[in-house]
Amino acid sequence: MSEPIGPRTMFEKIWSRHRVTEREDGQTLLYVGRHLLHDGGATAFDVLRRRGLKPRAPDRIFATPDHYVSTASRKVEEIEDPRHREMVEKLARNTAEHGIRQFGLGDPNQGIVHVVGPETGLSQPGILLVCGDSHTSTHGALGALAFGIGSTEVAHVLATQTLWQRQPKTMRITVDGTLGPQVTGKDVILAIIARISAAGATEHVIEFAGSAIRGLSMEGRLTLCNMSIEAGGRAGMVAPDETTYAYLAGRAYAPKGAEWDQAVARWRQLPSDEGAVFDTEVTLDGNAIQPMVTWGNSPEDALPIDGVVPDPAAAPDAERREQMERMQAYMGLTPGMPLTDIGIDRVFIGSCTNSRIEDLRAAAAVARGRKVAEGVLAWVVPGSEPVKRQAEAEGLHEVFRTAGFDWREPGCSMCLGTNGDIARPGQRVASTSNRNFMGRQGPGARTHLLSPAMAAAAAVTGRFTDVRRLVGG
Amino acid sequence: MCAGWWGAEPMEAFTRLDAVAVPMARPNIDTDQIIPARFLSRPREVDHGQFLFHDARRLPDGEQNPEFPLNRPEWQSARIVVGGRNFACGSSRESAVWALFDAGFRCAIAPSFGDIFRNNGMKNGLLPVVLPAEVVEAIIAQLEAEPGARIGVDLPTQTVTAPDGSVHSFEIDPFAKHCLLNGLDDFGLTAAYEEDIAAFERRYGRENTL
Repeated sequence: MSEPIGPRTMFEKIWSRHRVTEREDGQTLLYVGRHLLHDGGATAFDVLRRRGLKPRAPDRIFATPDHYVSTASRKVEEIEDPRHREMVEKLARNTAEHGIRQFGLGDPNQGIVHVVGPETGLSQPGILLVCGDSHTSTHGALGALAFGIGSTEVAHVLATQTLWQRQPKTMRITVDGTLGPQVTGKDVILAIIARISAAGATEHVIEFAGSAIRGLSMEGRLTLCNMSIEAGGRAGMVAPDETTYAYLAGRAYAPKGAEWDQAVARWRQLPSDEGAVFDTEVTLDGNAIQPMVTWGNSPEDALPIDGVVPDPAAAPDAERREQMERMQAYMGLTPGMPLTDIGIDRVFIGSCTNSRIEDLRAAAAVARGRKVAEGVLAWVVPGSEPVKRQAEAEGLHEVFRTAGFDWREPGCSMCLGTNGDIARPGQRVASTSNRNFMGRQGPGARTHLLSPAMAAAAAVTGRFTDVRRLVGG
Repeated sequence: MCAGWWGAEPMEAFTRLDAVAVPMARPNIDTDQIIPARFLSRPREVDHGQFLFHDARRLPDGEQNPEFPLNRPEWQSARIVVGGRNFACGSSRESAVWALFDAGFRCAIAPSFGDIFRNNGMKNGLLPVVLPAEVVEAIIAQLEAEPGARIGVDLPTQTVTAPDGSVHSFEIDPFAKHCLLNGLDDFGLTAAYEEDIAAFERRYGRENTL
């Protein structure tokens, strides 16, 4: 239980601050400051019910439906599939029964849980935040320790507000330099995963550092931390700074008045101390990062847009060669093909990775005055009701509609298709989401990951295109 | 202390297992492949074994792919899966564990796992075993050379016995080992720390604005 001597990482500070007790075997009981729920978590309430338990601290729990909501309507009764409707209804019933605040369908704050948390100010520096979803790593962008858990763990947190964990290792990924025009948080994280692999940060918590990271907006940092899990890291974090405080100030659940000043003073102590030691260090040159597109079925299969589909014959070993051949067969690609020659069928701008206002502005800047290419079905799914309202106030929805995009209602939508928003077998999707796994966007669907501006460029040209050719920096 | 006041719901204990092992050598087999997202709305009571690798094991026309390991007769009775690097990465869906468990699996062996799957497994009686990549590669080669070969997994001694008789030690968190051996879940264990939690809450509540 003794505090480590000497300089500490931000992770270590938050971890030790939430430690209720530590057993001799190293298992630590952590207190959960904020617990977020979505409509995929009904099982956890079933567990509570069977055990006759109740949530211990309902005021620390917030919920919003996102996985199963329709992006065509805001009415629960208009969700066609009864199983999907039931998931949304169950969240409403379970939260009402236990006095948990739900931003339900029709609530002005409803949206994707990882958009809603930061946007409402529920996600704050220095807190321990969990949610039954792997992309909970998103909230680390504000300097929180935030990670995804399974449904049994969700039930445990509901009942006890605590979680048993073993202290993970720490990894610092430093990206120095200045990002070029149209190079975004999405391109940075895809470049990182391409470098360290989809398992590169397994058993680690990542802290993103360096001048290129500090230069990112809060939206960019949220995108970056969101995909920490795609590098194998349970959590990703960025030290809070003036960007963080400016983003949080005035949000509904952020501290106010004197409490705000006290909170900021506390948050200023959070960044890793000079000389703090990380178990693993990785560095990337931010100046060299280009707009990225994935070609395979793991986010690690990412290349700069001027690249070509790699040749399995050049793979370092037989395992990788066989894997590349299988992925290219699934994706319908041939080695040596320039990425800019790949035509697309659908575009999805949305998901907890890239559905925030800055993402929509970037996509709209490309769509403005252009038309979605013939034969391409392009969707924009804002991440939340506030994002949607803001975009509409700025007229972005008209830009998208005029260009031929579908402007839809907030939810997870085509990222994983739990609500039925899927692509058909063989359809190729330019997607701003986080996973290009086989079948992720529907059986046989072919997913390529990229930034919102790059997705919009693909929409208007019908193929992957270097967005820098369409718009200036 | 007050064990049991969370209510009891025993997890199936794991001690030793000698069973047919199926090799799935590919790296990055994600939980979307293990169970596609469209089956996630099913409650735990539903047999999730029917969804295991639902799409991966089928051909584009919907017919079962006879080449897929789980469809081959020699591996029908497998209770151990030996996977490649980063097995069960991706989504936190606990139904990936339920799908394996309901199909009879009690152990997964790989060079590395998705962290959340690993935790979910240990809380559901599915033992995740990490072995060095070269050991896993050798075991997979043996399983592919002799389809239907068996592997021994011994949790008390933390060893795996490969088809060729070689014995390999593995590490496991002592707490998770204790829970698996005794079929305990951590609700009951946490109950013993009620006073610590309450004390922490009083302190934490003072320091934090909600």
